[in-house]
Amino acid sequence: MKPADGFTLSCPIPIAEYPTVLLAHGGGGKLTRALIEHMFLPLFRNPQLEQLHDGAVLELAGTKLAFTTDSYVVHPLIFPGGDIGQLAVNGTVNDLAMCGARPLSLSASFIIEEGLPMETLWHIVQSMQHAAAAAGVAIVTGDTKVVDRGKGDGLFINTAGVGIVAPHVSIAPGNVRPGDVVLLSGDIGRHGIAIMAVREGLAFESVIESDCAPLAGLVAALLDAGIALHCLRDLTRGGLASALVEIAETAQVHIAVDERIIPVTDDVQGACEILGLDPLYVANEGRFVAFVAPADAGRALEIMQTHPPGAGAARIGSVAEDPAGLVTMTSKIGASRIVSLLSGEQLPRIC
Amino acid sequence: MKFVDEYRDAQLADQYARAVARITTRPWTIMEVCGGQTHTIVRFGIDELLPSNITLVHGPGCPVCVTPVELLDQAVEIASRPGVIFCSFGDMLRVPGTRGDLLSVKARGGDVRIVYSPLDALRLAQKYPEKQVVFFAVGFETTAPATAMAVYQASQQGISNFSLLVSHVLVPPAMEAILASPDNRVQGFLAAGHVCTVMGYTEYEPLAEKYHVPIVVTGFEPVDLLQGVYMCIKQLEEGRAEVENQYARSVRREGNQPAQQLIREIFQIVPRKWRGVGEIPQSGLGLQERYQVFDAEQRFGIAGYTAEESGECLGGLILQGVKKPWECAAFGTRCTPEHPLGAMMVSSEGACAAYYRYRRPTSHETR
Repeated sequence: MKPADGFTLSCPIPIAEYPTVLLAHGGGGKLTRALIEHMFLPLFRNPQLEQLHDGAVLELAGTKLAFTTDSYVVHPLIFPGGDIGQLAVNGTVNDLAMCGARPLSLSASFIIEEGLPMETLWHIVQSMQHAAAAAGVAIVTGDTKVVDRGKGDGLFINTAGVGIVAPHVSIAPGNVRPGDVVLLSGDIGRHGIAIMAVREGLAFESVIESDCAPLAGLVAALLDAGIALHCLRDLTRGGLASALVEIAETAQVHIAVDERIIPVTDDVQGACEILGLDPLYVANEGRFVAFVAPADAGRALEIMQTHPPGAGAARIGSVAEDPAGLVTMTSKIGASRIVSLLSGEQLPRIC
Repeated sequence: MKFVDEYRDAQLADQYARAVARITTRPWTIMEVCGGQTHTIVRFGIDELLPSNITLVHGPGCPVCVTPVELLDQAVEIASRPGVIFCSFGDMLRVPGTRGDLLSVKARGGDVRIVYSPLDALRLAQKYPEKQVVFFAVGFETTAPATAMAVYQASQQGISNFSLLVSHVLVPPAMEAILASPDNRVQGFLAAGHVCTVMGYTEYEPLAEKYHVPIVVTGFEPVDLLQGVYMCIKQLEEGRAEVENQYARSVRREGNQPAQQLIREIFQIVPRKWRGVGEIPQSGLGLQERYQVFDAEQRFGIAGYTAEESGECLGGLILQGVKKPWECAAFGTRCTPEHPLGAMMVSSEGACAAYYRYRRPTSHETR
């Protein structure tokens, strides 16, 4: 992906090859990246945005403030293991945690489609309150809009959040160093498969539940223990693969992981086999990777494994200098391949 | 996970790789027929485990890749019409025709839906009687029985708002076309296990005899493929040319007879154009005359489309095992998954997509 050097004001649309926005532009893959790099970043450019991290860290009167926002458009609104409200709180709390921040306050904006059952809204709002209480954050401001029937998908929620970053903490992709150890907080792919199973009416033998969970407590425990955390990234859209590729490219390092150690539950693996999906690219809502200095890796893994959302944590790989910007993976049978970004979302195959 | 992990076992894979090395005395070129096998080979790095004098070439078994460009244009045309729900398997949506792809039709407001089975499309037709529901029926003998069942049920239940754009293709005629070509360099085949689950493998016996080529019916996991390669090399080294069945946990010699019967009830064998390859006689399935009321081409009056391919795409030569993806000048430069010149770059079974996704740009020349 080239930076937008050639972008000038005489160029009317920087992504000229697509006359309309496709779903893949929001899929967390290459097209999302292109939209950010060619359209948003050149016009909004500033040092915080250039980090392309989950949130921005601002210096305000001597305090480091982490600031992030995210919109939630999941369908169905309520799914096995969670709902859009829980997701909207945990997702933003997690983005703050990935900056090394202690989350403090959230905003919540509701875009509601006319006709949404009041009972559904009540369920979701209660769920937000539980999630906020569990994460120790307050929802301090908000907004409510209702759109005509047919102009929304039941309910969209946007949340923004702020948190405080301790003075000595600096967590960003650019801090990843050769030698760092890559830790994964648990099994992957559960959220994406849970949603797909409900949305597409796929019946599996067991109900696969989303992994939606707040990660701030676990991150705080790592920070409190003085672990040298260089970078954290939660594995949402695009899954583990996309997170690793983005970090390798931003930090200009080589990340090598081992497929044999990456935890995937049997039911998720089975669903992926049937649908022709690679769990590496399937979305999660309660998983992250941590890049840790090698001396601290063993201790960090122990801490992760003693906290519920990190109980299945594993050491999946390490960072090297060359070839810069590349992620490679040792396959189940011991050979090596690259891991790359997909264009958009994975599509189920024919047979 | 049962039935998966034991076939992805590193130790077993290593044992087979060593066994292959032990019996190989000279260079051999083997084609794996199915694109699913190609992806396993490239994703797990099976070719890296094999001795360097064994060349695996990738075959035509990618239904998305061989669907002719005219048909994609017809699909785009039908899907763009108001009142139509156009249903397709997921990985057809990104395949470019000369007038764009189905995802772009969706972005422009067309009702394009991913289904997992043709029967899902039939259910949509029942649910929305005021709409015309069209299913894009592509695939080899593997998907043909499900399509046939949808047509059969639609006929039985008198569902009149359901039709199909049919482009089913057959494997044995394509293998014969490869063997009969003067450019052929394939000395042995790994036949597609899932196709044989439906059709059995009696059709391959005359091919093995006529062209004196070993054909091993092979599964899709790493250990399956290594065992298939071993069985094929063993035959080549011993000068045998037989049909053998590596995938016995799924395939019987006679195949799935009720499925075959259903295929014969609904379809007739027709000549079919293969994308990048051209017309192959007796290589496709078309609706029997009594079921042609379900033919979308007729219903929408769009028969007889013709379209010119991009001359730059080497897909046809790659499908026939004559070229490797990275030997195409456009590979990874002018042709990427974002801007595909051909179907092989976007299909989940396409060889170009496999190399683009799993291999480092510089590592290709080593094999």
